[in-house]
Amino acid sequence: MQYKSQAVAKPYFIAAIALFVGQILFGLIMGYQYVVGDFLFPAIPFNVARMVHTNLLIVWLLFGFMGAAYYLIPEETETELYSPKLALITFWVFLAAGALTIVGYLMVPYATLAAMTGNDLLPTMGREFLEQPLPTKLGIVVVALSLLFNISMTVLKGRKTSISLVLLLGLWGLAVFFLFSFYNSHNLVLDKYFWWWTVHLWVEGVWELILGAMLAFVLIKITGVDREVIEKWLYVIIAMTLITGIIGTGHHYFWIGTPDYWQWFGSVFSALEPIPFFMMTVFAFNMVNRRRREHPNKAATLWALGTGVMAFLGAGVWGFLHTLAPVNYYTHGSQITAAHGHMAFYGAYVMVNLTMISYAMPMLRGRTANSGPAQTMEMWSFWLMTVSIVFITLFLTAAGILQIWLQRMGTNPMGFMDAQDQVRLFYWLREIAGFVFLTGLVLYIWSFFCKKGEAVKA
Amino acid sequence: MSETFTKAMARNIFYGGAVFFFLLFLGLTFDSMKALPKRDHRENITESVTRGKLIWETRNCVGCHTILGEGAYFAPELGNVYKRRGGDNGGAEFIKAWIQSQPTGVPGRRQMPQFHLNDQQLEDMVQFLKWTSEVNTGTWPPNIEG
Ligand code: HEC
Ligand code: HEM
Ligand code: HEM
Ligand SMILES: [Fe+2]
Repeated sequence: MQYKSQAVAKPYFIAAIALFVGQILFGLIMGYQYVVGDFLFPAIPFNVARMVHTNLLIVWLLFGFMGAAYYLIPEETETELYSPKLALITFWVFLAAGALTIVGYLMVPYATLAAMTGNDLLPTMGREFLEQPLPTKLGIVVVALSLLFNISMTVLKGRKTSISLVLLLGLWGLAVFFLFSFYNSHNLVLDKYFWWWTVHLWVEGVWELILGAMLAFVLIKITGVDREVIEKWLYVIIAMTLITGIIGTGHHYFWIGTPDYWQWFGSVFSALEPIPFFMMTVFAFNMVNRRRREHPNKAATLWALGTGVMAFLGAGVWGFLHTLAPVNYYTHGSQITAAHGHMAFYGAYVMVNLTMISYAMPMLRGRTANSGPAQTMEMWSFWLMTVSIVFITLFLTAAGILQIWLQRMGTNPMGFMDAQDQVRLFYWLREIAGFVFLTGLVLYIWSFFCKKGEAVKA
Repeated sequence: MSETFTKAMARNIFYGGAVFFFLLFLGLTFDSMKALPKRDHRENITESVTRGKLIWETRNCVGCHTILGEGAYFAPELGNVYKRRGGDNGGAEFIKAWIQSQPTGVPGRRQMPQFHLNDQQLEDMVQFLKWTSEVNTGTWPPNIEG
């Protein structure tokens, strides 16, 4: 750690990992409800578990991004953070808001929560991923503004690198497109149209800038490759992201009441969206192969390479699988969507955060890298979690294909619930893979406390 | 990447590309906004439909169901449930009776909660689902099962 103020990243990373555990536990609850439908009913209905699962995911990824920003920006700009104190206050505000929201979901019926939190003033709740009560949404805006102010001021007074600029752009974009979560028309079609401006333009737009900047930062550190080369790659990747991804939003405008020409725009542009993800894979491997130093943190290198591969598989390959309108006609809103959602989120955003944490956390604890045994343990957790998510994706894909075959093809289509009964086996297998994932996560956390061997001194 | 292709060139492609395609997106959005009234039949959005949508949201129905293919995959698609369950001949009655009789309590079967909706709220819910079923979705879903 070169700058004192980088230390504020630590609580962000710790909170991120803690919430990650919560996310997975609720995933497992839902996975079980998929096969034993009345499990925990009515204490935790499926929709409640789902809100907790997906909102925890988003919140912990945001914690990760923020921690990454606070860690990366001082080093890139070669100056202390504008206000470490503000960063710490922001941390506690965000954690409290997040925790209260989750407790609200679990303790109070959703309609009561909506009434309690002023949803009547401005109805924004009850839409997928954007279920948060109004005060929480406003809290997210405040937290984002505080982060942006802090980071922007730091960049202004320090060295301006492309990596810090791209990260800043990504974070500003994240905040700007979140504002669409406050728009909700009584016309469902308009509601959906602009809902995607938050959801799609986040994961297939501005978040990719954040992803690219984080990956580029870690690659410079562990490979020692010339900054010019890495930053050139970064610009090409994010150029392709926005060139394909903005109009690519059209792959969500096939069947929600929007004009038919979106079937062409959406199919063509989103079919090109795998390109930037493929370039990321090539980028990561290329830089590691051309490395100028042997960084002792092997685990971080593994995570960085893994991000490249898994983001391409999850977003690129599994995205392409169902993105052409004639295919999406059958796969829309099926288990195929869930399969893709899991591998894409894990491969891109979970893994890039774990890459950053893997690189930065030892530094924050006053060492260059963890001991050999601790790294070995971390690498085991990498493989357990990654292989499990691959299996979760494969099982859901199998379930999806069967579901579509039974329910959406042929002259005598089955009803939804009957089709679900036919694919139970795959849901059981998914649940088992989920438990292996949890094992990996536990091992991951364990690796932080591994006392064996000597850490590499800073 | 080759030496003649510089970082500055890459950066310019990024800024130029982002601005160009965002403007194109805004243009397409503008055009869609003009075309939508014919497809979403907004003239049929009554106050009852609006209230129904709010009930839909505040009960988080989308946490189990899909609507026009978006949402959760745990329970049946509801964008076309009005038509699936009889349309103007019984769709409304089916939906109301269904919501009132939940949960089924069938052991091991997926459960839907009891929401204690009053008659007006049930009617609003039906109106919302009826309006939704009339949106022009380009023939999706492939069949009535959703
Ligand atoms: C906790 C999950 C859950 C929530 C929340 C939920 N449902 Fe359901 N719903 C189900 C399940 C599961 C079924 C299928 C049950 C069965 O077949 O036994 C179902 C079935 C239905 C059906 C019948 C569909 C058909 O094709 O026959 C309707 C209508 C319906 N729900 C409406 C609603 C509405 C309206 C809301 C919100 C006010 C809602 N549901 C909220 C789980 C849920
Ligand atoms: C890291 C990047 C990505 C993430 C995190 C991601 C995540 C998701 C998620 C969670 C959904 C489900 C949304 C919902 O609940 O309605 C979804 C839908 C979809 N994604 Fe992605 N995605 C990514 C990239 C891509 C790419 C690159 C493509 C295309 C090549 C793609 C194609 C699609 C399509 C077509 C759908 C709609 C599925 C449907 O019709 O039900 N995604 N994505
Ligand atoms: C490890 C065990 C996990 C299990 C058993 C699990 C289970 C589930 C289930 C049952 C759903 C709801 C699907 C539906 O709507 O019907 C879901 C949704 C989701 N989960 Fe998980 N999950 C797990 C891990 C993860 C991880 C690691 C991530 C992130 C990388 C993740 C991200 C998501 C997302 C984005 C959705 C929304 C998907 C969509 O709308 O398409 N889950 N999960
Ligand atoms: Fe998308």
